[in-house]
Amino acid sequence: MKRTAILLLCSSLRRFAPSVGVPRFWIFAALTLSGCMMFMKPPSAPKAYEHTQVSAANTYLATFTPAESIKVGRLHKWNVRVTTADGTPVDSAKITIDGGMPQHGHGLPTKPLVTAHLGDGTHVVDGMKFNMGGWWVVKLTIDGAKGSDVVTFNLKL
Amino acid sequence: MFAAVAIPVVVCSAWIGGSLGGKWSPEEKKVLESLSLASLGPLPADPSNRVADDPTAAAFGRRLFFDTRLSSNGKVACATCHMPQLAFVDSTPLAHGVGTTARRTMPIAGTAYSPWMFWDGRKDSQWSQALGPLESGVEHGGNRAQYARIIATHYLKEYQSSFGKLPDLSDRDNVTRVFANMGKAIAAFERTIMLDTTRFDRYVAAELAGRTHTAADSLSPDEEQGLRLFIGKANCVTCHNGARLTDDHFHNTGVPVSTLVASVDSGRSVGARQVTKDEFNCLSKYSDAKPDQCGELRFAVTEGPELLRAYKTPSLRGVAERAPYMHAGQLRSLREVLSHYDRAAPAPMGKSELKRLRLTSRELQQIEAYLRTLSAPPTVEGERLP
Repeated sequence: MKRTAILLLCSSLRRFAPSVGVPRFWIFAALTLSGCMMFMKPPSAPKAYEHTQVSAANTYLATFTPAESIKVGRLHKWNVRVTTADGTPVDSAKITIDGGMPQHGHGLPTKPLVTAHLGDGTHVVDGMKFNMGGWWVVKLTIDGAKGSDVVTFNLKL
Repeated sequence: MFAAVAIPVVVCSAWIGGSLGGKWSPEEKKVLESLSLASLGPLPADPSNRVADDPTAAAFGRRLFFDTRLSSNGKVACATCHMPQLAFVDSTPLAHGVGTTARRTMPIAGTAYSPWMFWDGRKDSQWSQALGPLESGVEHGGNRAQYARIIATHYLKEYQSSFGKLPDLSDRDNVTRVFANMGKAIAAFERTIMLDTTRFDRYVAAELAGRTHTAADSLSPDEEQGLRLFIGKANCVTCHNGARLTDDHFHNTGVPVSTLVASVDSGRSVGARQVTKDEFNCLSKYSDAKPDQCGELRFAVTEGPELLRAYKTPSLRGVAERAPYMHAGQLRSLREVLSHYDRAAPAPMGKSELKRLRLTSRELQQIEAYLRTLSAPPTVEGERLP
């Protein structure tokens, strides 16, 4: 019974995340619902691990391409291509990167930033790093002409 | 009926698996390989130090490392705390130079692979790290002007061989440049202090090759079980990953406050701010790197609750010879360390990342037995210490 209640609370927290912004979500989650962590499970659907994902409110589509194969502990870059839902490249959006390990309750070990815009909706994200194996979540908050929305990528390292 | 048949089958297959070396799954073998020193890879370049790989600078740095004139009382050298005969550490909870520090001396071997130095990562290269203790009031206790004069008097030839003409020391910036170069020479020496192959590494090599183990490359059943716990149930490998058994990152693991240190220690919260403003960081004018070669610094997390009382994950290589443990030597033995992780007590500040493990006393002993297979004295310039 208690477990069901916590699971419900955890899933509502996940839905709550995009509306409050990713950083506040992580702080809130870490401080008040650390009990969630032990029940959080990586998504089972293979689709959740695909490199192309639709944003929470279907506003944007984002595809990440690591510049090299992702190795634990290595700083590296991603190319992220963003389009609107109808496929129009998004070049002028403000993109911020956050994430972490939901089961461990910690964020990314670095603060990745968009460092270049290559055109055709492609943005260079530098400073990506994963310091341990396991389930990671990377969230891109895309704030463009169509509004702000969050794309979530899942990785298993 | 089924249970009666199944139990002997399980026992039998476990026994056969153990005796024929099939005890690790393909996934586990991958983890073992990642922990092996054979996976370490070549020494990464240090673009912030143009003499990092210059043997002349390393020879100069080696002399500086052992020179007690580089102190306010003529008695303290780097080697005072980083003692070669003790794997380049001392054996006290807090380091003792001309005074007493607030932290445990850290090992040197393999730190050329690490992006962050000190327990709180307040330095981002070996050369900038070396400069910190030289001007600390409780370590070497001297200052850069004094050290530059020592270089001019006793090391002129060595300095000029590596860095060119000694500049006019009446100019303050020149003094600082000479001081920075001393750090670069010491770092060139420290880059040669490396990790050596242990019995664990030989065991992994034999396992991966499917060879029968010899005395030199075998683990006892307890050590093997300890390794299984290390990479499994005890979750040690989460942070102690890779060939140096560290993720080079900072974690709050609820380590108790030191009874020997009066000041508040916030760990990475302070270290992260210090390194971004550090006079000798990768982006400084004394660094030889281009800004785009300073990725770890440029993309460092510098604020947030996770940094509070977070400390660098130390390498576990040689850990058995490195008591006492933690950033201020709070825990006296490996047994105490393992018991601390098992209990997962709340942190004195911030939030501990640990979760209670509920390991048995026997299991804790087995992990300790495994950790003792990670011992080998460091090598210096490719040679084993006498």
